[in-house]
Amino acid sequence: MRNIFERAINTLGWARLIIAAFLLVLFCVAPFVGIRIDTSLSDILVRVGMNGIMVLSMIPMIQSGCGLNFGLPLGVIAGLVGAVTSMEFNWAGFFGFFMAIVFAVPLAIILGYLYAQILNRAKGDEMMIATYVGFSSVAFMCMMWLLLPYRNPLLLWGFGGTGLRTTISLEGFWLSILDKFLSFRIGSLFFFPTGTLLLFALACLLMWGFFRTKTGAAMMATGSNPLFARANGVDTDQMRTLSVIISTVIGAIGMVVYEQSFGFIQLYMGPFYMAFPAVAAVLLGGATINRATITNVVIGVILFQSILTMTPSVINNVLKTDMAEVIRIIVSNGMILYALTRKEQAKK
Amino acid sequence: MFQAFHLFQMIRSSNKGERQISSNPLLSIKNIQKDFYGNKVLEDISFDLDRGEIVGLVGENGAGKSTLMNILFGMPVIQKTGGYKGTVQLNGKDICFRDPVDAIEAGIGMVHQEFFLIPSFTATENILLNRESTQYNFLVELFGDRLQKLDRTAMKERAIRAIQTLGVDIHPDTLVSEMPVSYKQFTEIAREIDREQMKVLVLDEPTAVMTESEASTFLTAMKRLAARGIGQIFISHRLHEILEVCDKIVVLRDGKVIKNIPASEATLRNIASWMVGREVGTTSFRRARSADDQDTSVLLSIDKLKVDMPGERVKNVSLEVREGEILGIGGLAGQGKLGIANGIMGLYPAQGSIILNGKPLPLNNPLESLKAGVAFISEDRRGVGLLLNESLKLNIAFTAMQVKDRFIKRLPGGIKWQDWNELDASAKEFIDRLEIRCTGPDQRVVELSGGNQQKVCVAKVLAMEPKLLLASEPTRGIDIGAKQLVLEVLREFNQRDRTTIVMTSSELQELRSICDRIAIVYEGEIVGIVPADAPMEDIGLLMLGNKLVDEPTHA
Amino acid sequence: MSKKNISFSSLIISNIVPLIFLLFSIAAIPLSGLTPTYLVQEMVTRLGRNTFLVLSLLVPVMAGMGLNFGMVLGAMAGQIGLILVVDWGIGGIPGLLIAALVATPLSILLGYFCGFIMNKAKGREMVTSYILGFFINGVYQFVVLYCMGSIIPVSDPELLLSRGYGIRNTMALPGLRQALDGLVSVEASGITIPVISLLVTLVFCLLLTWFNKTKLGQDMRAVGKDMAVADGAGIPVERTRILAIIISTILASYGQIIFLQNIGTINTYSSHEQTGIFAIAALLVGGATVARATIGNVFMGVILFHLMFVVSPLAGKNFIGDAQLGEHFRVFVSYGIIAVTLLLHAWKRRRNLLAKQEGKSEENREDDVS
Repeated sequence: MRNIFERAINTLGWARLIIAAFLLVLFCVAPFVGIRIDTSLSDILVRVGMNGIMVLSMIPMIQSGCGLNFGLPLGVIAGLVGAVTSMEFNWAGFFGFFMAIVFAVPLAIILGYLYAQILNRAKGDEMMIATYVGFSSVAFMCMMWLLLPYRNPLLLWGFGGTGLRTTISLEGFWLSILDKFLSFRIGSLFFFPTGTLLLFALACLLMWGFFRTKTGAAMMATGSNPLFARANGVDTDQMRTLSVIISTVIGAIGMVVYEQSFGFIQLYMGPFYMAFPAVAAVLLGGATINRATITNVVIGVILFQSILTMTPSVINNVLKTDMAEVIRIIVSNGMILYALTRKEQAKK
Repeated sequence: MFQAFHLFQMIRSSNKGERQISSNPLLSIKNIQKDFYGNKVLEDISFDLDRGEIVGLVGENGAGKSTLMNILFGMPVIQKTGGYKGTVQLNGKDICFRDPVDAIEAGIGMVHQEFFLIPSFTATENILLNRESTQYNFLVELFGDRLQKLDRTAMKERAIRAIQTLGVDIHPDTLVSEMPVSYKQFTEIAREIDREQMKVLVLDEPTAVMTESEASTFLTAMKRLAARGIGQIFISHRLHEILEVCDKIVVLRDGKVIKNIPASEATLRNIASWMVGREVGTTSFRRARSADDQDTSVLLSIDKLKVDMPGERVKNVSLEVREGEILGIGGLAGQGKLGIANGIMGLYPAQGSIILNGKPLPLNNPLESLKAGVAFISEDRRGVGLLLNESLKLNIAFTAMQVKDRFIKRLPGGIKWQDWNELDASAKEFIDRLEIRCTGPDQRVVELSGGNQQKVCVAKVLAMEPKLLLASEPTRGIDIGAKQLVLEVLREFNQRDRTTIVMTSSELQELRSICDRIAIVYEGEIVGIVPADAPMEDIGLLMLGNKLVDEPTHA
Repeated sequence: MSKKNISFSSLIISNIVPLIFLLFSIAAIPLSGLTPTYLVQEMVTRLGRNTFLVLSLLVPVMAGMGLNFGMVLGAMAGQIGLILVVDWGIGGIPGLLIAALVATPLSILLGYFCGFIMNKAKGREMVTSYILGFFINGVYQFVVLYCMGSIIPVSDPELLLSRGYGIRNTMALPGLRQALDGLVSVEASGITIPVISLLVTLVFCLLLTWFNKTKLGQDMRAVGKDMAVADGAGIPVERTRILAIIISTILASYGQIIFLQNIGTINTYSSHEQTGIFAIAALLVGGATVARATIGNVFMGVILFHLMFVVSPLAGKNFIGDAQLGEHFRVFVSYGIIAVTLLLHAWKRRRNLLAKQEGKSEENREDDVS
């Protein structure tokens, strides 16, 4: 009996068990403080779909040994540029959404390639450098948003100002285009964002498939044991580069998906802290700095978004105060901190 | 008389030292026994060290020298593995240290082969590290002793005194990073000398990295220390140094003291043969060499190979390997024998030329080497040989999959899908053939025992179906049964598939039991190639760098 | 090539970062149209205001723990001290001293925690201290936004949000505003010099110089250079590292107090966030690296970084016609300089690793000759 218990802890990890138990308590308490479970579940599902692909983008880099992708803002920037460019042409509906991705992907490939060149020169210090590469690129794009020659008045500041607006609404373009695809409602409050979740599932499937290929095995070996990979005929630098490009491209697509669900495009400092929730989610799902699976992503994003949805609403209703932000900060950074201080597992 | 005078001086200068000269030896090691998990590594070791005496400790790698020194220093690894039996006495008192700091306080100093110095610090700072001279100031009352100010003048004086004892000329303000190797070694010793209570000094291969002239200055310094009454244990593979400087020689082999004699009674040849041991009966593996073996063509020819592998540097190796033979590469650790295979595989920066099967092999490119039909069993099983957290079947198939596109199902669109059916099938075959003890092809390799892990490495190589197999230390750290099996499989592989094998091993017996010829590496070069049945004594001498006078023509 | 030539070029290379910033400033000053008097005044003010914060980064660099992104912990402690002092209605120098007195034990506690965590993440100190900063920021927000006025008594309702608890977003520091700067200020050719702030900074510089010469300073250098060797010599490595972080955190809390008394208001929830990034960027602009930082780097960095900071919005406005661009530019430079320095450091570390191996083979080659 005790053995089973211990094994459960070992496979799941304390952190996840505690958080899952905490969630369970929240769900039990929720009806008594006037929170509807169906609304909450619906909220959670929407947010899972919204963030899932960005969390998934962590996998290739972790698996190839480049660590947690704190440089996610690069992918986010590509996603933003793609979205803004598609809107510049006034393209709406599925076509607009699709073209946003079409514009975003090549840019993500270029940025990812450059980013990989930096990371390959900083082996062992990837995370800190990734963070600051992310920050500087966001700051750099702040200048670009002012300077880039976009002309569509819907995107620009109305009077006097120059450059793109800080927040651009997707209303009339491709707002919730995926969320509403094949979606259905149960009752008046439960909404199921079928399209977004389907795309997330498809992305997970593709990612799983990728690691079942020859290249996927080589990438996994690069992260798991670079010496082994090299000795067995794998070009490790090339694998790392590929993984960074894939991560960035998925990040870019994830951002476009996020935007359609969120309803707004936030430029300037908007993408600044985008990496942290995604990193925290995958870690919460049980990934470590050098190993992550699809299961980690799915569990992680569900747990993380549940916490972010449930805790504030329960606390708000009990204490009549809004603690969402503080909880988000403590949970996500606490999770990252926990992962950083964990002893690395049998690696050499 | 001379000796006694210095002894007197030493006692006077040590403030807390012994007051009376006892008749006990300075250090006495009595009946030491030690085993690691039932595996005996030291058996009934006893010898004494007197004041001012230098004892030379010689033995092959794995003879037990380092374990003995670890016991002497109270290294935590000894306690963790169940302690040891027997006693160590210092000045007639039993000692048993909990950690190296205790040992240092009791007066035992150690000079490492690898420098334990901070390169950007000066000689003075290194010599007095954590024993600096300090001055009082009032803040000490508030924040404690560590806020005392360093007394640089006093520190310099102490450093100069310690350096002078050695009779060398190192400026106390020189940065360690700017020193030649021997000076670094002297700085290390000066650090030990500065401890006033130091009585015993252990020197672990201090001359290994030195030039001849540096080494001779070093030996002079050792003699000066001996004259001051410091007892020294000197570990070296350079036997002529041992003969020059030591009073007594202790030879270890397989965890036993084989000889304990005054240096004057030993010769180079004697020591060599004591070290490697006597002829043991021939073993089952070696096939009768048939005449036609000698006319087979050359498969691999290496010319002026230089490999930059840290700790196992190859300086200049030229070698020919004939098709279908098993060539052994032997030599002591650190001499460069492991660098040869690693260099051929392109794992460490190499220069020179390698011709395989008539075609030049591109250097520094593991993939090309693998594609050319070379396969490699790494000496670093867990570090290089395996993906510990992955399944057995993936480990076995990985190389063949990456290099030869085996175990792959092609899907439309050029996608190379891993064929898990085939993976399973081949893994099961190897599990049977190599008797790998596991729960199945999906078990993670990290959960297997060392011997079974090694079998996975062998399976990985067999799946490659190579022309040339480089096996580095294929039996290191595995139990007897697995050892036997691995050797049998290699032999079978060699005979049935006529695969040429280059096997590197520290165990001479093993090389002699399986190889056709054995090449011995010393200081990065091949000093001789002998038939496997050459006398042990000759091989021993070669391992210590003494070329045979009448070198036998290659068999 | 003469020896002088070599040392000249190496001098340029080793000071390349400050030089670039100097050249940039020289080019941007005329564009900004700011008068020399204004610039000198700004620099003097900013020296008094920001130097102390940057000084707090020196000790962890010495102990080999890199740039202490965890200094924001100290900044938060300093702010809590100030909030309480304002609530207690203590002004002037006593107010500042009491704020420091409150901040000290808090800093020791936070510093100990930070050092402890960093010891568990050796080799990843910077990213860990960085995330720790965010984490503690969450805790800080929790304390200040929810506990103050509810659990922790706050008597002055003016400080609280209208809902009755939690501190307001911005808070004036009446009585404390420029208490230190204004204590003795000298006017020289139209420039006001905050003598006491500068003096306090100077005294701490001397203290740090003295600290370098103590046994503890030597131990920290040894730990910073090589933990294994230091440990072998019996230096308590982990304890020494924790001490380095504690010292840094305490200094950062004092630095934040000095900084805020000059500004005169606290942005309760954001003042500390930028403290770390600007202090670190300034130190790096002064030519410091992750592994080496001197008091000279601090002063040079504060001047050059803030010169850029003051000049770039106006220069951007006059050059491209947009002040915002200049503001974004200086943010970009702050983050960019940190990214580049970290990259150079990582690169150099790898090169050194390779050079170390080659150096050994070099010695062997010499062996061959002799």
